[in-house]
Order: sequence, then C-alpha cells, then structure tokens
Amino acid sequence: MKLTLKIWRQENKDTKGKMVTYPIDGIEGDMSFLEMLDVLNEELVEKGEEPVEFDHDCREGICGMCSLQINGEPHGPNRHITTCQLHMRSFKDGDTIVIEPFRAKAFPVVKDLIVDRSSFDRIQQAGGYVSVNTSGNTIDANAIPVNKHDADESFNAATCIGCGACVAACKNASAMLFTSAKVSQYALLPQGRIEAVDRVKAMVRQMDEEGFGNCSNTGACEIECPKDISLENIARMNREYLMATTKG
Amino acid sequence: MSVFDSKIPEGPLADKWTKHKNDINLVNPANKRNIDVIVVGTGLAGGSAAATLAELGYNVKTFCYQDSPRRAHSIAAQGGINAAKNYQGDGDSNYRLFYDTIKGGDYRSREANVYRLAEVSANIIDQCVAQGVPFAREYGGLLDNRSFGGVLVSRTFYAKGQTGQQLLLGAYSAMNRQINRGKIKAYNRHEMMDLVLVDGKARGIIARDMVTGEIQRHSAHAVVLASGGYGNVFFLSTNAMGSNVMAAWRAHRRGAYFANPCYTQIHPTCIPVSGEHQSKLTLMSESLRNDGRIWVPKKQEDAIAIREGRKKPTDLSEEERDYYLERRYPAFGNLVPRDVASRAAKERCDAGFGVNKTGEAVFLDFSSAIERYGKEKAFTSGHKNPTKEEITKLGKEVVEAKYGNLFQMYEKIVDQNPYETPMMIYPAVHYTMGGLWVDYNLQTTIPGCYATGEANFSDHGANRLGASALMQGLADGYFVLPYTIGDYLADDIRTGKISTDSPEFEATEKDVRERIDKLMNAGGKHSVDYYHKKLGKIMWNKCGMARNAQGLTEAIDEIKELREDFWANVKVTGNAASKNAELEKAGRVADFLELGELFAKDALHRNESCGGHFREEYQTEEGEALRDDENFKYVAAWEYTGNPREAILHKENLEFKNIELKTRSYK
Amino acid sequence: MGGLLKSSIARKVAMALSGLFLVLFLFQHFSINFTSVICQDTFNELSHFMGTNFFVQAILQPILIFGVIFHFIMGFVLEIKNRNARTYSYVKYNGAANSSWMSRNMIYSGAVILAFLCLHFYDFWFPEISHKYIHRLPEDPTRYYEETVVKFKDLWRVILYVISFIFLMLHLLHGFSSSFQSMGWNNKYSKGLRGFTVAFAIIIPLGFIFIALFHYFNQL
Repeated sequence: MKLTLKIWRQENKDTKGKMVTYPIDGIEGDMSFLEMLDVLNEELVEKGEEPVEFDHDCREGICGMCSLQINGEPHGPNRHITTCQLHMRSFKDGDTIVIEPFRAKAFPVVKDLIVDRSSFDRIQQAGGYVSVNTSGNTIDANAIPVNKHDADESFNAATCIGCGACVAACKNASAMLFTSAKVSQYALLPQGRIEAVDRVKAMVRQMDEEGFGNCSNTGACEIECPKDISLENIARMNREYLMATTKG
Repeated sequence: MSVFDSKIPEGPLADKWTKHKNDINLVNPANKRNIDVIVVGTGLAGGSAAATLAELGYNVKTFCYQDSPRRAHSIAAQGGINAAKNYQGDGDSNYRLFYDTIKGGDYRSREANVYRLAEVSANIIDQCVAQGVPFAREYGGLLDNRSFGGVLVSRTFYAKGQTGQQLLLGAYSAMNRQINRGKIKAYNRHEMMDLVLVDGKARGIIARDMVTGEIQRHSAHAVVLASGGYGNVFFLSTNAMGSNVMAAWRAHRRGAYFANPCYTQIHPTCIPVSGEHQSKLTLMSESLRNDGRIWVPKKQEDAIAIREGRKKPTDLSEEERDYYLERRYPAFGNLVPRDVASRAAKERCDAGFGVNKTGEAVFLDFSSAIERYGKEKAFTSGHKNPTKEEITKLGKEVVEAKYGNLFQMYEKIVDQNPYETPMMIYPAVHYTMGGLWVDYNLQTTIPGCYATGEANFSDHGANRLGASALMQGLADGYFVLPYTIGDYLADDIRTGKISTDSPEFEATEKDVRERIDKLMNAGGKHSVDYYHKKLGKIMWNKCGMARNAQGLTEAIDEIKELREDFWANVKVTGNAASKNAELEKAGRVADFLELGELFAKDALHRNESCGGHFREEYQTEEGEALRDDENFKYVAAWEYTGNPREAILHKENLEFKNIELKTRSYK
Repeated sequence: MGGLLKSSIARKVAMALSGLFLVLFLFQHFSINFTSVICQDTFNELSHFMGTNFFVQAILQPILIFGVIFHFIMGFVLEIKNRNARTYSYVKYNGAANSSWMSRNMIYSGAVILAFLCLHFYDFWFPEISHKYIHRLPEDPTRYYEETVVKFKDLWRVILYVISFIFLMLHLLHGFSSSFQSMGWNNKYSKGLRGFTVAFAIIIPLGFIFIALFHYFNQL
C-alpha cells in the first residue's frame, strides 16, 4: 500500500506545531497502525531526521498508553479497539491519513503526538480509591457478598484503560465518561459505598479544576471508547453527585 | 565460588515467616517519617510496595517510564491470580499451593520463599476485595474460582480476562490514596539510569526526566527495584514495548548478583509472527487449550500446500492430521505445561510441518469442541435428532460464550474467522523467571537495594505456573517487602537525610551523562531497532526454546560483536535534552546487549534441562527434559566483573526438606 | 450563578431542568394554539384566561421569562466554556462518526430559536404588553384569534416560522431526552422514554408548522 500521512509535529509544549506530510510505501494490511508508524520512523532515522514521537507500550489494547486522533476519530475508524489494535487493512491504497494528538486543554502536547494525561491521574488521586490500609488485616474476602449483577456492572466500569479517547472524541473535551467509570466502579460495591459521597464530590471538583469541558450528552465518548464504557455511568455519576450535594 | 547467605529463618517450614516477622527489627512510626524509600517500577510489585511503605509512614518516591503508574505491564495479565483460599472446598491448602509451585518450577526455587508466598496468598484476595477490585462472583454473591494450568484444584481468582488490569488498578488506587496524602511522590515518565552506592549501600538513583531530558539525583535510605522482567531481550515477546532490564542491570553492574538469567518462559499460545515489520507478540489466554486441539498436517506436502494457500486446513480429514500433543502425552494431551507445549510446537515446525507463511505456526482447532458442545446443547434443549448445521450453530454459540472476546481479538489481528478455520498459534517469550538474586528479605547482594516481582528470581524456579506472577508481585509488594525492609532501615533512623551532593552521586551522574553522550555521538550507521532485532534473532535462534552448547557458544561471541558494533555505529537522532524515544531505546538495548551475553553464558553452564531451560544434549530418548539434580540443584548467581562473559558464578544450593524431588511426567 | 452552579454537573442539571420546564411550556402553548384550528371561541377563551389570570401573569410568566433567559445564558456560557476546553482544535474532526448533528449543534439550533423568539416577542408579546399596560386598552376577550391569524398572512413570516420550528425540532430531538441523562436518569425505561421524546420532538414542532400553514392557506 502507498499512503500519504499528515502528521502533527511539535517540538515541545512551548513551541508551535504544524502538520507535516509524509508519503509512505510498502505498507501491508497485516501491520498494525503503530507498526506502520515504526516503518515511517525507521525511514526517518535512516535519513537522519527525528522520528515521530508517539505514546505506546503494551500494543495489545490494555495499557491505555497509545492515543492518536486518526482521520478525525480517536483510535481511528474502527470500534472497540485502541490504535495499537488497528490494522492497516482498514485503509486503502492511496489513502491520506491525518494523524493528530488528542486535543484538550487538559491534555497539553508534550511532543509531536504525545500528550500529557496526568490530569487523569489527579482526578483518580482526588478520590478514586477505597480508604483501606494495605495491611492484609482486613476481613475475609467472602465476608462481603456482592450481588453478581452489581459486581459485573462494577467490573464493566472498571475496565476503563484511561486512554483519554472519551475526551478526545468529545466536542467539549469533557472527561465525564472517564471520571464516571471510576465513580461507578466503587458506587456499585458495598466496599466503595461508604465513601461514595465524598468521593464523587472530590473527583468532580478535580475534574472541573483540570479544565475539562461539560458533558452535553452527545454520546461520542461511548461510541469511541475502546472498552465500551457505557453512558449509564455518567448518569450514575450525575445522580450520585446530586445526592451528594443535596445531602451536604 | 562462595556460598552466601540467603537468610532463611530456622525452624519448621510453616513457621518460618511468622517467626521471622517476630524476630526482625522494626522502625517506630515517628522514625519512619525520617526515612525515604525509592521504588522503581509501579506494576503490581512496585505499586503495592509503594502504597504499603507510604502507609507505614515512609516517604516514598516512585519512578516509572510510562506516563502513569497505571500503565505498567502487569495490566496485561489475563487469566487470574492463585490463592490458597480453599473456597471451593476441594482440598486446597498452603502446602498444596507450595507443592504445585515448586513442582511447576521444576525444583529450582527456594522452599522457604515459595512457602511464604503460598502463606500470604490468601491475604492478597482479602486485601484486593477490600480495595474494591471487582473479581468475578457467583450468583450467591461470593467469589468465583477457575482452575488453571494443570493443577488439581480450583484456586484461581479472576476478573474475566482482565485480572491483571483489575489488580493493578487496585494497587494504583492504593498508591493514589497515598499520593493524595502526600506520602508518595510519583515521578512518571522518569527512567532510572543508575544506582548510587554510598559506602557500599544503595542510597539513591540517577534518573532521567524523559520529557525534558534532565538528569536528576534522588537519594533515599533504600531502593526497591520492581522493574519487571527482561523478555524484550528477544526483541519479540509478549512484554510491553518499553519493558526493559535497565534498572536491574544497572544494579547488577553496581554489585547485585543476577540469578538464573537463562530461565525464560515461552508461552505456547501466541499469535504467530506475520512478517518482518512485527513489533510485538500477542498472547492468547492459556484457557483456550481447555477446548482447542493442537495439530499440524501428518504429511509434509500438505503442510507446504497449506503454506502456499493451495489447501485449506479444513480440507484435511482427521486421518491426515497429527494431534501431536495428544499423541505424545496421552494423559495430559493439550493441557501439558507451557514449556512442554511450546517445545513440542517448535519440534514439529522445525521438522517442516509449520502451517503459516513463515512455517512457524501450528493449528489450534475448535471444531471438535464446537461439535461436542453443539450436540450437548441440542440434547439438553430437547433436540434429539439435530442436523449437522444445527449442531455447528449451537456449538459456536457455546464457544462464543466462553471465548468470544479472545476469538474477536484473534480475528482483529489475523483477519481470519476462528469459528470457521482453525487458529494459528506459535510460542512466544512471555516471562522471565530469572532476575536479581535476593535473600529471604528480598534484599539483593547490595545492602539497601531490594528487588520484588518479576525483577527478582526467587519464587518460580525454572518455570512459572499460570496465575502465579500476579500472586508473587502482590505478595512481595503488599506483605513481604514492607516488613523485611524495616529490618534494614532500623539501623538508619539516625542517618538523617541522604545528601545528593556527595562525590558518589557526582560520580554516578557523570557516568550516566557520559553514557548518554556516547550513545548520542556514536557512528550513526544503524538505528537502535536494527540492533535490537539482530539481538532478538540471536537470542531466539540460539537461546530460545531449545539450546545447545554450540549455539550458545556462538551466541556469546555474536552478542559481544553486536554490542561492540552497537556502541561504535548506533544512530540516535534528536538531542538528549528533550523527549527522545530513540535515546530511551538505545539505553535499554545497550543493557540487553550485555544481559544477552550473560544469559547465553548461564544457559551454557547449566548442563541439564529444567523447566524453561531446555538443552538439546540433555533429554530422554523420547525427547523429554533431563534434569540433573546432583550437579545443578542450585541457583546460579552471577557477579559482574566488567565483562558479561567473565561474570563470576556463585552458587546457592537449594535444599528440599519438605518435598521430594521427582521427575515431572505428563505422559 | 455563584456557588450553587459552580460545578459542571450542577450547571448541566440546571440546563436540563430549565429545558424541561420550557418543554412543558411548549406543550401548553401548543395545546392552546391548536384550538385555533378547531374552534375560534375556545382559542379566545383560553387566550383570554392566560392573558388576564393573575397567577399566570404574575407568577408563571416571570418564571417562564426567567427560564428562557436562564436557558439561553447558561447555554452560551457552557458553550464558551466548552470551547475553551479545547484550546487548539483538530485539523480533521469527524464528529459525524460518533454523534448526531443535533447533539453537536445545540448552540446553533438554540440561536435560531432565540432569533425566532425575538420575532415572536415582536409579533405578539410587545403588542400584548402595549395593549394591556401602555395604552391600557379595554379588555376584549374576543380579539386574540384575529390578532393571531392575521400574522400568518405574510408568506415570509410563515417561512421563517417553518424554518424556526424545524430547528426547534432538531433542538428537542437531542435536548429533551438528554435532559434526563443529565439529571442521572438512565435505566431500563430510558429506551421507552427516548421514543417518547423523539415523538414529542417531531410532533409538536410539526403541529406548530401545521397551525401556521393552516392559517396561511385559509387566508389566501
């Protein structure tokens, strides 16, 4: 396959960036999208140019490190996968592919296609945990039965990989899906209920402070989420938040 | 060849840990506030250790190369975590878990450590449930278990196919709680470049801020290395792209012994390599072997026809197929342990029966399972005379319910429908049992430098059982290290803050800077990946699933040559004072190029076959591994001398007082 | 809009509540208007009641006006905040791939409705105020029908009317059901509710359009 890549290049967070066009040839359908970028980078290094920096690590869709806005969609045109699981057979010979970093005020560009998602960490630090000591002197695991339906729902919310596709897809760069997934995971479990009121307030406050936009229920986050995290989580967080604030 | 102290407590096996906890020194809470601990790596072992240390009151600094602690590669573990809870009432016990782990490790691990692991395993589950880890549950609301990897009980706790993710996020949440309290300071996108020793003790690290390129000095009273394994020495593995040996190897160069580097686990069910461009291998859960049957064609011409696309696997009749695992191991069949299954696949492919383009793949076929399940389903739903189509349809539904997500993953990568045509699989490097040598306290041979999780060597011997890596990481981090480290730190309560202005910090920083300069200014002929791929080829061909003296001898020289070429001719673009992925890779590959040589040396010296280490010279007539307990019942701990091939061997003899040494048989 | 509406979620809920209130009003407005197609007297009666009842005039009307203004101001405030949340926009943004046009363009459909409301106020509300409070003309319970119908003589106004209600439809198609999600209402009934809101969003604006066209063609 022969392709034209239009890639965002930016030296660091303080400099201005621009789109640069790279033609590339010899791409096979079996390559993953990131392997295609590897090929490009290998060529750039051969030429003595600086390769394109992008985040990636596990390359099997679970670590959440890879990002990329590909042709206007986070993780590219396919559903329920991350960029590292996108294969080049999803593109045609002669295609032009526009590759940009995830864009949000709360995700400043670090270099080229790498963004700083530490705002997500700070939201989690604000309350995304159960305050138990890690001493192991807890009660027996089976002393806390959990309704299977709730446990499964909680698990589904907990499968969020924190990649930021929800923010990237949202026209408002809102982090509601991400935040609500963590709020939901704990809200659905008896262990997490105890601190539910404080947790939702603290996490929403941090989310707002980080400069994410408001949710306007477009549903783009749910569609683009590689892990299929449901919008129900956002509704649940809204509900939890309302109850928490009205209770005081 | 010295005998050195592994500090195993005296007394009966089952009492050792309790006794040890009673005997070791403690640091009082007020003093803990004056003590700093550095944790390198934030996976299960590092994240849990950091959280617990901070909770105990120490000031903790964590370092990880990823943009968040949550990305550590522990996250990719699929199947589950073992714990001797005996919730199923099937006769599980600490001893049984201990026994299975020692046996699975082919009798090359330390009894006391493994028993302690089994002992604390139950605590892990309690802890994680209290933290809100959403394990799979039964309808009654209690925890569910599955069985795993050939053991005789159901002791594996799981969260669908994402157990590692859920446990890691649990540890990450515990870390977050401490970060929020100000007890942990997290340095993300920071890489440990070297270990700083002051008066022979580990007193800090030199780190590089990967965004700004800044070289930083960080001091502490102790340093914990939880930096994972070194599978990426093979270039292609199921490890994350960034997984590296730098932290462990730097410690090794500073005096920490490196134990059993040749023990590598090759996982039998991975998606085969599709071409030269491949960057990484993807694991398909071991659970697939419960229902899939592994085969290659009986006749070589059929294999060639399939490779060239002239025949389809479904064209071959039952008689034309060779279900080689069922043939060789009638008792365990497709469920033999990982090392055995991997070697058998390699044997068939080497003999010319491989089934994909490259000839390095075997089939994992679900058609029998589909038929069996289909019949069963039809029968139970009152359908006594189903047609073949109905059976297939019902069978596919059952298989989808069990393995749907894995089948989907396979289809995404390979673009073939595994319900219609058999999957192709091939073994891939997955886990490294070797690592930094540690004593019972998890301390390396450098005082004050500890190693936990995959980075140490201690618990899995020559082969790890499924669902045990998560158990070990969390056991070390939550329940072992935070206490044993107190024994060492108790002497440090009057030390005060460690200065980073000492000549030792100065000198180590200088070393780091020189090394970076050298990489940046090398000849500029070939990219870092060029060397990494070459190293990977040598490792895979000569130190892979089957090794022999000749290949290993060649490998030692080839790796040395490659390393010299690397330092002379590597090309690192960009500059060192900014984000530079090429420089990061170069530093890691440089260390792999040293480790690789030691790896081959270790494999060459171990004249036996055990677990993941298979020497072709040492096998039975039927091609099974031949262990030599008389001469090799020891841990090989290597001391760095400046040149990997001249590393000095220290032996820690393994004593088996509570278990009888036997030959593993799966016939 | 200080403390109470500081958080993003509180703002969203306020947006949803004011929107739902306006939906209720819209339904009420439609019901009365629709009587103009059926029976002139009923229409006059109802209009007269709404125009003179103390409760409606002194309490509901100010709430309504506050609701309208609040919904608009909050809409614009949120839009500005949301735009600021992405300082640097994408070169290529394929919103159509993951969300409906309506949901992404509430600000535009809202702005058209706002413009229409100005026309509507100019047409009806100002004359009404002037009738009642400036010129203090005597009460005439039968004037409403004529006053209303005469407005639909001009083709341009009818066209504007139709366009505006199409935008209202688009606005409601997203906004109505979305307001329940904002308030945390997403459960097994949501699918049914969604069906109802879609039906409402289509039928009510079409009804208004029908009324306008009815009177226009009646006067040709």
